Amino acid sequence: MITLSGVTKSFTTNHVLRGVDLTLASGKSMVIIGGSGTGKSVLLKCILGLVPHDSGSITLDGQDVRRAERDAFLARFGMLFQGGALFDSLRVWENVAFRLMRGATRRPKDEARAIALEKLRRVGLGPQVADLYPGELSGGMQKRVGLARAIAAEPEIIFFDEPTTGLDPIMAGVINDLIREIVVEMGATAMTITHDMSSVRAIADDVAMLHDGRIKWTGPVSEMDACTDPYVQQFIHGRATGPINAIR
Amino acid sequence: MNPATGLLRGIGRPSLAALAAIGRVALFAASILGHLLRPPVYWRELGTQMLQIGWFSLPVVGLTALFTGGALALQIYSGGARFNAESVVPSIVAIGMVRELGPVLGGLMVAARVASSVAAELGTMKVTEQIDALTTLSTNPMKYLVVPRVLAATLTVPVLVGVGDAIGIMGGWLVGVTRLDFTSVTYLKNTVDFLEPWDIGSSLVKGAVFGFIIALMGCYHGMTSGRGAQGVGRATKAAVVAASVLILAANYLLTEMFFTS
Ligand SMILES: Nc1ncnc2c1ncn2[C@@H]1O[C@H](COP(=O)(O)OP(=O)(O)OP(=O)(O)O)[C@@H](O)[C@H]1O
Ligand SMILES: [Mg+2]
Repeated sequence: MITLSGVTKSFTTNHVLRGVDLTLASGKSMVIIGGSGTGKSVLLKCILGLVPHDSGSITLDGQDVRRAERDAFLARFGMLFQGGALFDSLRVWENVAFRLMRGATRRPKDEARAIALEKLRRVGLGPQVADLYPGELSGGMQKRVGLARAIAAEPEIIFFDEPTTGLDPIMAGVINDLIREIVVEMGATAMTITHDMSSVRAIADDVAMLHDGRIKWTGPVSEMDACTDPYVQQFIHGRATGPINAIR
Repeated sequence: MNPATGLLRGIGRPSLAALAAIGRVALFAASILGHLLRPPVYWRELGTQMLQIGWFSLPVVGLTALFTGGALALQIYSGGARFNAESVVPSIVAIGMVRELGPVLGGLMVAARVASSVAAELGTMKVTEQIDALTTLSTNPMKYLVVPRVLAATLTVPVLVGVGDAIGIMGGWLVGVTRLDFTSVTYLKNTVDFLEPWDIGSSLVKGAVFGFIIALMGCYHGMTSGRGAQGVGRATKAAVVAASVLILAANYLLTEMFFTS
């Protein structure tokens, strides 16, 4: 279980997170929604310790993430970055197998490659891309390689930062199903950021909406439509007018 | 504001900023040494970097040394002619090349080639979140990216400098026997007779220090690069400038240490 309480983060005068309280139960899939630039990506990075938060506490199973032993802590996580963040000096399959070939649980090259090919297949990429370099792939293909890399070592907790942006609707559907499958079948905990409301409905157990540096609303996805919060209503229906200023 | 305060402030601010920067670089260097001593070591990365930094810099360093040695021979010959001392050409070319010009020019050329590429590569990795991705894949970027580069440069630049010294002397010899009236035998005999082991030793030590400086500056500026293409551009420029200036400063200090007694 991941618990955030009163988490704040500022970049000089830009107060991005102003006291985030959020609980992510193990084995559940939570989706974070919120306007562009509200700090969703920063929130994930704070949990992983990639960006140090200023105040408040973030705990994983009751232990403060800052005090956790780094290697053991990170070994439990997988992360898909918004921009893919593939290593452009390595081939696609080496990217996917990166963690499999290093560290305490390192596997022989052939085995790692076989696992990488299987993960690539699950994100809809054939073996012909395995030996290409990331620069030779389209944006959507890079995204899916990033996804394959995030799930390759079958981590307990997986963060997906906009897994379906840049994908065609069919491929987006495949990815939504995959994320759902990982949570239901493998019992993983997932935290997904997405702007795509059909993804929200397909992936989420719970939804949290980030606005103005705080969690504006959180609850099960089944209650999202009935929720009366005007911010949530404006967001899920994509209205230009409402409490959220569209033009700043 | 009274002018005295303004002046003090004008001196104080940059001095404080400079000290802070020195502190950050020192901490970065200390952390590199810390990681160097603790496993894992990424041998494959080290091998790749030795090839990139050492082997592929050979043409640049070799050509630089060749032309410098040749020009040095011409200069010393025409300068020496003013007091009938043309015969000192081989020994001065050798000493000048090995003690000063080999390491300094070699170091500067490698700085231009390597500090820039390291800073640009790591800076791009930083801004495209590849460094964050490494961390989430349980790989320490200091160990995986920085240590191999620093180690490779510290090990290969002295070798490059050694080769450069030899090529520089050869440049002098080529000019000496073709353009000036030396015989091959006297030229080489003069070179060997006047060169002492410590001349060569100091040259290699300088090379190692310069190699360390080059990789340190490349890695530091790359890893602390600002955001976007502009951030990477700045980091690259800063790495080359800092590496070059530090090489020249370190060269003075080392020369002072080695050759004044
Ligand atoms: N490293 C950083 N340095 C300075 N400011 C940053 C940094 N990272 C993020 N920010 C700022 O934090 C704010 C939130 O950024 P973040 O990337 O979390 O947005 P987001 O909610 O993920 O948006 P999007 O949906 O567009 O991806 C932005 O205003 C951004 O400028
Ligand atoms: Mg984002």
